[in-house]
This record gives sequence, C-alpha cells and structure tokens, in this order.
Amino acid sequence: MSLDAEEINKIAWLARLAIDADKVDAYARDLSGILGFVEQMSAVDTGSVAPMAHPMDQAQRLREDSVTETDQRELFQAHAPLVEAGLYLVPKVIE
Amino acid sequence: MHNKTIAELSQGLRNKEYSSLELTQAFLDRIRRHDPRLNCFVTVTEEAALAQAKAADAQIAAGRAGPLTGVPIAQKDIFCTQGIRTSCGSRMLDNFIAPYDATVVARFNQAGAVMLGKLNMDEFAMGSSNETSYYGPVKNPWDVTTVPGGSSGGSASSVAARLAPGATGTDTGGSIRQPASFCGITGLKPTYGLVSRYGMIAFASSLDQGGPMARTAEDCAQMLQAMAGFDERDSTSVNRPVPNYGAGLSDSLEGFRIGLPKEFFDEGLDPTIAKLIDEAIAEYRKLGAEVKKVSLPNMDLSAPAYYVVAPAECSSNLARFDGVRFGYRCKDPKDLHDLYMRSRGEGFGAEVKRRILIGTYVLSAGYYDAYYLKAQKIRRLISDDFKQAFQEVDVIMGPTSPSVAFRFGEKTADPIAMYLSDIYTIAVNLAGLPGMSIPVGFSNNLPVGMQIIGNYFTEGRLLNVAHRYQQATDWHRQAPKDFA
Repeated sequence: MSLDAEEINKIAWLARLAIDADKVDAYARDLSGILGFVEQMSAVDTGSVAPMAHPMDQAQRLREDSVTETDQRELFQAHAPLVEAGLYLVPKVIE
Repeated sequence: MHNKTIAELSQGLRNKEYSSLELTQAFLDRIRRHDPRLNCFVTVTEEAALAQAKAADAQIAAGRAGPLTGVPIAQKDIFCTQGIRTSCGSRMLDNFIAPYDATVVARFNQAGAVMLGKLNMDEFAMGSSNETSYYGPVKNPWDVTTVPGGSSGGSASSVAARLAPGATGTDTGGSIRQPASFCGITGLKPTYGLVSRYGMIAFASSLDQGGPMARTAEDCAQMLQAMAGFDERDSTSVNRPVPNYGAGLSDSLEGFRIGLPKEFFDEGLDPTIAKLIDEAIAEYRKLGAEVKKVSLPNMDLSAPAYYVVAPAECSSNLARFDGVRFGYRCKDPKDLHDLYMRSRGEGFGAEVKRRILIGTYVLSAGYYDAYYLKAQKIRRLISDDFKQAFQEVDVIMGPTSPSVAFRFGEKTADPIAMYLSDIYTIAVNLAGLPGMSIPVGFSNNLPVGMQIIGNYFTEGRLLNVAHRYQQATDWHRQAPKDFA
C-alpha cells in the first residue's frame, strides 16, 4: 500500500490536521511504510474468527438513568480559550 | 534515605525515624539537584507536596497511618491532577490545569501518599524513547546519552535515579515494561480493567492500562493495592474483589511452571540479553520452578495488529482536541476549519500527527473491514495463543525488549524501527493480560529486563514470582553511579 501526497492531504483534511506542505512527502513515505508493515495481517485467514473488542468480552456497562453529576459549566469553561456568557466562541460560521 | 524502598520508607515513617516532611524535603532536594541532567519532571509540586507531607505526619502521629501514608511518589503527567497542570507531554495541553483528579491520583491521595510532581513522557504516550515529548527527552540515568525508554520514561528514569521511590506509569504497548527494562527498575502492567482509566488521558482505550513502577516487586504490590479496583466512572473497569497483593509475595515456587515461547528467542534478540534471560531462568529452576517450551504462533502479527488498533483509537480519542473547549488554540483563525486545522497542526507533534493520520486512514470509509476489523480478529488469535499456553504453564517469561537502551536519535528517522522495540510487549496489551518487567543483569553497563506474563488477574502471582527472584538476587538493588 502506497500513499501519495494528494491522499495524505485528503487524510489530513479528514483528520482536521494541518501539516506543513514541505512535510507531506515525508508523511507519505512514513505512512506507506507503516501500511506496508501492517499488510502482513492480510495473509492470515480470519474468516471464522470473531473480532475481539474487550479482552474479557465484557459489554459496556449500563447505569440507572438518574442524575449523578452536578453542573460544573463555569469550572470547565474556565479552561476554554474563548467563552462569553457561558458559550464557547468560534469564528463566525453562518453569514 | 533515597536508596530505601517504599516498604523500608513506610517502616521508617511509622517508627518515627524521620518525618514525612523530612523525607519529602529530601526527595525535593534531590530533584532540584539532579533533575536538570535528566529532565524527568514536567512540573514539581513542591508546595502541595509539603502540605501533603504535613498532613501525613499528623496521620502518623495519630496512629492512623496506612502503608503509603507519607511516602513520596510521582505521577506520570497523563493522570489528571486537580488544580495542577496536566500536559500529557504535549504543547496541546501545555496550558491545561485539570479540573479534577484521575481515580488513580485520588486513590493515592486517599492512601496518604505525597505527590512530588508530574513526570515527563512521550507526547500522549506515543513513543518508545521519550523523544516525542514537547518538554524534551528524558535521559537514562545509567548513561545520559541513551534513552530511558517510553512512553513512561520520566517515571522509569526518576525511580532509577532515586528522585522518587515509586511512580505511576501507563502501558498501551509496553510503555511501563520497556522503560522499566531500559532503566533497571520493576514495572507492572495490570490486567486490562483492573486499574481505572478515569482521568487518565486516553490514547488507545481498548489497550491503555495504568500501573506501578518502583524498584522492587514488593513496592509495586504496595502501589497496586492503592491503584486497583472497580470504578464506576470507567465503563471498562472490571468489577471484582481486589486481593491482598502483599499476602502471597513469599509463597514457594516449588512445582511452578514457567513457559518460554520460542518466538521470544528469535534472531532479532541481542545474544547478551538471551544469555541473561537464560541465567534468570536458571535461578528460577533453583527456586523449584519447572521450565517448558511453549509457542505463541501468531506473535509476529502483534505489531502489525497493534499499529492499526492503537492509531485508530488514538485518532478517535484525540478528536476531542479541537481548540475550542480546552487546550491549545491557534492565533487569529480565519474560519472554523482553520481553527481546527491549525490548532491541531500546531498543538500536536510529529509522531502524534503520524498516528492520527494512520488512524484516520484505516477508519475511513471502505477501509474499516480490511484494517480495524481485521486487526480485532488478529487480536483474538493472539489472545487464543496465550489461552492455549496458559493451559500448560503458570507464567510466560522472556525478554522485555530486544535491545538495551539505545542512543538518542538512533531510531527517530524510522518509525517502524522504533515500533519494533516493543515487539515483545505489544501482544500482552492486545490480549489484555498482566505483564511485568524485572531487572536481571547488565549488557554494556546498561540494564536488561525480563518480562513475566501471567493469566488474567494473576497480578498477585506475578508479584510473588518477581519477589522470590529479587530475594535471591540483587540486580534490582543496583544504582546508577552518578545518582547512587
């Protein structure tokens, strides 16, 4: 599996991750190498194997539908780069 | 005092040979003196540590001391600490003051332990040499031109250099065991689900597990006792009673069965390391253990499966860093996309970006079955291999890493070469099993670790196996000469 610069830029866009233009080729080379390395998996027949999501095959635990957490908006928003009146601010999205 | 183990310090505190305040001050002094050479600490929490020490002294005076009361430890900077910067080794969280304590931190506080500070690590725990940290690499105290291992490099180096008697680590693919091996200390990665992940910044959620790093198995047992146990705030926490890890430490190993997987002793292993592992196994035979050959036929698939599962989960987990709610935000974003792209592009380092890109690719439309699902199936095969082996033996032993600590820059140009330094540890995470690394000798004056892998929830037995070896040998007592 080999990725070119265009594919790297597409993946970076999907990941919302800016990468320097002069590093795109290096990422293409590294990612192609890693994908080539993981390619070993495809030689194994796993047709009858069940995928393993949890080592003990434990399912996600459910809890009672009751209020357990208190409102800590102010505390949490104290860490935000930009807030106003309890709202997170971002650049204008709608004209 | 700094050469004493946690068990010895605990005894000294309760016998009033010294106060926790004196002890804490002594370690803070050592950190001030030696850490500029090693770079183990991202943040030293001197004031909070002295306050905790005073409180611990009051508990001790009132006769209410537990085994960790007043004992200084340090936390890997991946565990959230309320009111204290929690950086995860990243520029992204350089300004992040955690609003709450991780369960692990809360439990150490409850046990009366004193926190000396927050330890350097590979950025978001992605690395095997500590070279990916935003705060610069940690040095190995045995030879400061070599890496301490990673990602818990600050933890391993600080314990080996006697800047802290114990530290926490986290292990996603070997991040406790490999640095423990490189720095000549004892580290335990518990069974997946034993130690709460709440407040432990997530890298790969189905693999991440926190654990203790100290100089002896006995100390790891003491620390694990405080860390382990069900937490309703972690949805993958396993609800079962926590045994007393100290109780069986000295149990006999007569008739105990050790398995040596042939796949761990292949041509990739440094012959000096192979010889040291043989000598350690010989010591176990003297202790009454039986040794059998076993096989883990799918071992060679563990690194390929890991480098799908871990980046995939990393790309999902790190999607939360968006420059909006917390962490780094770029200057003057021109629109919302620019805000996301540049905050993440500027906030994350090269290795984290590489893994986010790989993860995004393998999870992108049309590729899920070929990569993530395939890797989850390979995980099952690897786990079945261990199940098979554990029908014949009680533990599996082998090297922790194929080499000793390497030099800075030696593997940074080739990501796959770096990934292969975890070749023997990764399978344990994929299967969710507990694993330890204990020091078993030196090669070129650098420590060599042996890995001990057990069946699910057999931490007590692993600690027992490690402790018996440490009673018969003194590798774990060696100190790097500049920091003795």
